[in-house]
Amino acid sequence: MERSDRKIGLLSALPITLILLLSFAAPLLVVGVFSIMPQKVFTLTHVPDFSAYGVFLNQGYYRSLLWSLGLALAATLLLFLICWPLAFAMAKVFNRFTLVITIAVVITLFVSENIRLFGWVLTLMKGGLIEGHLRAWTGLTFDGALYNVPIIIFGLVYVYFPFMLFPLVQGISMVPEDARQAAADLGATRWQVFWEIDLPLSAPGIVVGSLLCFVLAAGALAESKLLGGQAVIVIADEVETAFTYGQNWPLGSALSIVLILIIGSLAVFGISRVDLDSIMGRKR
Amino acid sequence: MLTSRASRIALYVYGVLTIVFLYLPLLSVGFASISKARYLSFPIRRYATQWYGKALESHTVHDLLTTSLTIAGIVTIVSMVVGFFAALAFARYQWRFRSLFQKIILLPIFFPQAVLGLALLMWFNSIGVIPTWKTAVVAHLVWISPIATLVIAIRAYSFDPALEEAARDMGASTWMVMREVTGPLLMPGVVSAGLFAFLLSWGNFPLSLFTTGADSTLPEWLYAKMVSGYSPLVPTVGILSIATSLALLIIAFAIPWLIRTLRERRMQTS
Repeated sequence: MERSDRKIGLLSALPITLILLLSFAAPLLVVGVFSIMPQKVFTLTHVPDFSAYGVFLNQGYYRSLLWSLGLALAATLLLFLICWPLAFAMAKVFNRFTLVITIAVVITLFVSENIRLFGWVLTLMKGGLIEGHLRAWTGLTFDGALYNVPIIIFGLVYVYFPFMLFPLVQGISMVPEDARQAAADLGATRWQVFWEIDLPLSAPGIVVGSLLCFVLAAGALAESKLLGGQAVIVIADEVETAFTYGQNWPLGSALSIVLILIIGSLAVFGISRVDLDSIMGRKR
Repeated sequence: MLTSRASRIALYVYGVLTIVFLYLPLLSVGFASISKARYLSFPIRRYATQWYGKALESHTVHDLLTTSLTIAGIVTIVSMVVGFFAALAFARYQWRFRSLFQKIILLPIFFPQAVLGLALLMWFNSIGVIPTWKTAVVAHLVWISPIATLVIAIRAYSFDPALEEAARDMGASTWMVMREVTGPLLMPGVVSAGLFAFLLSWGNFPLSLFTTGADSTLPEWLYAKMVSGYSPLVPTVGILSIATSLALLIIAFAIPWLIRTLRERRMQTS
């Protein structure tokens, strides 16, 4: 029994491993090799000179990187604060309403993110849903809320909302009600219950949610382009420009590699600390 | 621990507000799609459905629909099959590299999609493959097949391995166990994974952006129009894309319900 389990396990893992090897590992390797090629070449048969990394340091590209990481951090913190009460209610307070919210949130995931962001442009622009109606009804007017830094964070919060909410719900529902009850009986205040019981016991959900949001937001492109206009140029934008208008693949690759290294080490660190079997509900 | 009445009400209000927040931009797109004016400005003075007529007649929109549907269709089928086996390796079997495998599967999900798209573009270029909609299928699979795996794995965690062992003890071969026991037990998970796969591929934009070459998907075309200036067709085509997803979701929920109702009715009459 044990032996056949091992063989079938390996066999079953094979197809997806092949897909990931050929279209995830191999492309990343190519990006890595391109990043050490001389500037503006399109093949891999040159003598490596690492000049693209020099460009990254000298020409201020690190500023875009810092913007991306800062925006992602702000969005992640805000998301945690916004999602916690709702996730708590979904795990512990609501009954049928949890299902309603779950379905409502999942449906938005299936709408292309650029359509949703475009919807915010229509909502917030001058002459948009909010400003237009405000002016028509009260005569007050404002310049629209687009094309600044806070609106980019708003866009990130909006798009990555489900990626924080669902892991948090999962995490909070892992907190046994007995433990909370016992703490309360022993005289813990609500704040103490939150700090000493809820937070540590739902840590796997918090880690997964925050990590997902931070990593995805750090590599996000559409939010800053559609909502932010040219207020800030994020790193993913620089990468795209280097590949398209700049026609400088090694530079684009070097920028990607820096981003990948930061995000990748965070993701690997986070994922390795989390026990997937317990999060995904092994009941045995 | 009981929550007080006041805070319960506050939490319900918070939940409703969240849903409003999530759907407000879609409401704007909906209104914009039925505005008569070529240049949109709220409040809308005259409504018309003319842009829907124009969108449905347009050859560009037809081509976009065909490309998006083809990609999503292939991605769905492949990720259902691949995800089924991967989920078993993920959740069911105890094998040597299982915990490493679990973590590797998650990596593509934790990866910025625009960067992944560019990486794939360079990879295709260096092995001499010209990007078309077919390369976009590959790009979508990198991200969607792990998600399909997770969806099926949730189902695989909850089934009792004793059922498989019983079948094996009765003399069933590995293949028979797979076909008669494991397969049917995981089927609901496989179907929802297929639904997820289709909808995620249908709406995906960052992966398609760099990997479709000369072809274009619906979300890609919308993005190009959004960045280059307003077109009255953008909200209309956006709503059409959302309507397609919704229709599919409704069908997916309606079919099991219909089957159940019919079965119950037959039970009552017999």
